[in-house]
Amino acid sequence: MLKIINLSKTYQTKAEKKGLFRQTLVLDQISLQVKEGEFVSIVGPSGCGKSTLFNLISGLEKPEQGQILLKGREITGEKGHVSYMLQKDLLLPWRTVLDNCILGMELQGHSRKECRQKAQALLDEFALSAYSRSYPQALSGGMRQRVAFLRTMLANKELLLLDEPFGSLDAYTKSEMHEWLMSVWSKYRATILFITHDIEEALFLSDRIYVLSAQPAQVKISLEVNLPRPRSRKMLVREEFNELKKQLLQALFE
Amino acid sequence: MKKYLPSLGFFLLLLFLWETAVRFLGIKEYILPAPTQILQSLGETSALLWEHSIQTISETLLGFILAIGVAIILAMLMGVFPLFKRSLYPLIVVSQTIPIMAVAPLLIIWFGYNLLPKVMVVALVCFFPITVSLVEGLEAVDTDMVKLLLAMGASPWQVFKKVRLPGALPSFFAGLKIAATYSIMGAIIGEWLGASKGLGVFMIRSMNSFLTARVFAAIVVISFLSLAFFALIIVLARVVMPWQQHNS
Ligand SMILES: Nc1ncnc2c1ncn2[C@@H]1O[C@H](COP(=O)(O)OP(=O)(O)OP(=O)(O)O)[C@@H](O)[C@H]1O
Ligand SMILES: [Mg+2]
Repeated sequence: MLKIINLSKTYQTKAEKKGLFRQTLVLDQISLQVKEGEFVSIVGPSGCGKSTLFNLISGLEKPEQGQILLKGREITGEKGHVSYMLQKDLLLPWRTVLDNCILGMELQGHSRKECRQKAQALLDEFALSAYSRSYPQALSGGMRQRVAFLRTMLANKELLLLDEPFGSLDAYTKSEMHEWLMSVWSKYRATILFITHDIEEALFLSDRIYVLSAQPAQVKISLEVNLPRPRSRKMLVREEFNELKKQLLQALFE
Repeated sequence: MKKYLPSLGFFLLLLFLWETAVRFLGIKEYILPAPTQILQSLGETSALLWEHSIQTISETLLGFILAIGVAIILAMLMGVFPLFKRSLYPLIVVSQTIPIMAVAPLLIIWFGYNLLPKVMVVALVCFFPITVSLVEGLEAVDTDMVKLLLAMGASPWQVFKKVRLPGALPSFFAGLKIAATYSIMGAIIGEWLGASKGLGVFMIRSMNSFLTARVFAAIVVISFLSLAFFALIIVLARVVMPWQQHNS
């Protein structure tokens, strides 16, 4: 589905002295793959370049080197091929929940009425219909993330990029969100690439996990998570889970 | 409404003190009329006041709309062409040091004693707060929201329509509120300098005949019109920005 080959990105930052630029290598020869219907997570230290990687895949920025292929077609530097949920929920305050959900479809030129019907059906399905006419201000953090996720899904792209969607939520809401996300995902089988800081979160959700090193980011290991689905909280105390966790921690902190 | 009760009470108390002071000290009406005399004068001249008000209101509305139109065009041009903004914006800001009273006579010389120069004065007064608030509102856009839309494949025009413009509305309406409070004053200044109709003319005529109560009556009407205009903008803001109601 998604294939990333030797991707490198450098940022130019202005040094203290005028006119001088300092080159910072952020991503160094990153290669990774996501298969159709797979849930793949990327973990890595803060500031290592995870969001930068997503900015490249979504076409917001261009790499100096490397290729991004989606279903075999090169999309390097092109926008509009994937759905990107940024680190903040970025719900538009002037749109109701329903109208926030349809943003992606609307940009593709579908009629509002058609989009609303589709979105309403999805909101009903995931018990959010009570909020469909509210404005985002009225929503709790968890609710906002749900809406932002449905918006990402409704953009109808084959690949979803989720950048730390639950980073700002408390532990309880977070685990609620995990179960919710799993229920949506198992039903619609979207292909998801997911960024997180949280190792347990990555293990709980993913089929596979890539660990990135600190700047410049390189792929340290790729780890298969062969835990049975559907997964539940109980899994967190199982032997295999702890074994995988140990491997991840080692890779992160070696 | 309840929170305004104390100031309303205080206002009534002041009126009462004013009334008693004028009566007990025997102040002449042409120096300082009592509130009741002003009220009486309001009643007597209501038909006349209404006629003049219509004139002032139309000047104000026309000038206000003209200012909004010019502000929107300039703000959009400045948004699209940064060089245009860097050339023009500082000049607009500096131009605010020129007192409007000094420019108004020129407008009379150029455009005569008809409606146009008054409309121009109102537009000049309103133009600045509206333009500045719109420009800053368009600029204060959340760049991540723009990123989100671009990643979804939005065109620049779609970004403008769906993010920049709605995001600028609160600031724009803040500018409209300021402009609304100045606008009537602009029309009155224009009328003072030469007109045949309007509340400003009514004031000058009353002043020349030492009908001080009438001057006060005009002041009451002007304050009322300014308030009403301000309230109109607030209502409009609520209609246009329903999402804002939660936090006001
Ligand atoms: N537009 C930019 N110009 C210059 N440097 C940038 C730019 N964007 C990001 N960087 C730098 O690139 C590095 C990686 O940033 P990025 O946001 O991708 O990290 P991250 O892994 O997502 O961090 P976090 O976990 O905090 O979200 C950081 O050191 C950051 O300062
Ligand atoms: Mg990030």
